[in-house]
Amino acid sequence: MTNIDPRPSVIEVRLSKVKRVIAVTGWKGGIGKSVTAATLALLLAKKGHKTGLFDLDFAGASAHLILGAKGLFPKEEKGLEPPVCGGVKFMSVVFFSGNKAVPLRGANISDAIIELLAITQWGELDFLVLDMPPGINDAALDVIRFAGRAEVLAVTTPSLLAHDVLARSLELYRKMEVPVLGVIENMSSGAGLKGAAAAIRPDRGLEKALGRPAALLKTAFARDLARAAARLHVA
Amino acid sequence: MAESVIKTAVEYARTEKLKKLKEAGVIFGELQAVDKDIFIFALEELRKQYPGAKGCKFKIIGEPAAFRCKACAHEFPLKGLSKTRDESEFIHFVPEMAHTFLKCPKCKSPDFEIARGRGVSLSYLKGDR
Repeated sequence: MTNIDPRPSVIEVRLSKVKRVIAVTGWKGGIGKSVTAATLALLLAKKGHKTGLFDLDFAGASAHLILGAKGLFPKEEKGLEPPVCGGVKFMSVVFFSGNKAVPLRGANISDAIIELLAITQWGELDFLVLDMPPGINDAALDVIRFAGRAEVLAVTTPSLLAHDVLARSLELYRKMEVPVLGVIENMSSGAGLKGAAAAIRPDRGLEKALGRPAALLKTAFARDLARAAARLHVA
Repeated sequence: MAESVIKTAVEYARTEKLKKLKEAGVIFGELQAVDKDIFIFALEELRKQYPGAKGCKFKIIGEPAAFRCKACAHEFPLKGLSKTRDESEFIHFVPEMAHTFLKCPKCKSPDFEIARGRGVSLSYLKGDR
């Protein structure tokens, strides 16, 4: 027999007490996926839901900066228990990279994702929010493979480029029978939403609130996102 | 880790229609540096939850880590590569962090392949049909 990787066998167990998995995706870089994912997790936690946030963007991990997760490290207890930040259980590759660059090729990314999925003890969660990297890549395919119940929350911007890439991604999710909750247009003017079910207006105060969960929840961005999440039946 | 090994062994034995699982070979890659004693202790504890593994002997097989540089094709072992205690611990949790903390000793590139000895895997199973 060829060598068998034992890790996938426990991923289902690790996610067995997670009621819903929301994959915040968008395929283009710089459209606000991470801020959307992190703020959504904070909003859900504030509403009293047991919530986790997993930053799967290994190359551009930034959810820790948005949450202000400094000086935290998972607790080793039959695997790793994620630290809690702003009421959200949080896991990211930055805990293990010392905030250095993580230069991984595709197969290595997949291996690292499987490792983290296999060792992270999320426990009981109402929501696990996944901050997805741009594009359809190893992270996206692994999420579809291992977190089969994942529901996609797509983010776009008013840019023609973002919309075009998004349309292709939605077509692929449809073919792969991955449920899509809907599309949120970030940095929206509100006029003529192309296929988006909800809009988030530009918020100049957002940048100053990064790293401070309480302040982030008071931003216009968070208010718009809360409305969008309700409209898309996230909570 | 131990849970995944014991669960996989039991599931594989079931698919191979082994009535009694007698022995399983567990490869311990040098890079992940899993503590053998803690692993065996965990296996013994978990064995109670998995009756299919009750009489199974888990044989640990050490596998030295070996890397192959993508930039200059140099092959090199883990031994001799410098890393701090924290970096070793990070690599223990996620072996791919080797690409962050280690580099090819010849050309200094972090773009290398982990050719052998990454982590834990099952190499064989023996049992009665």
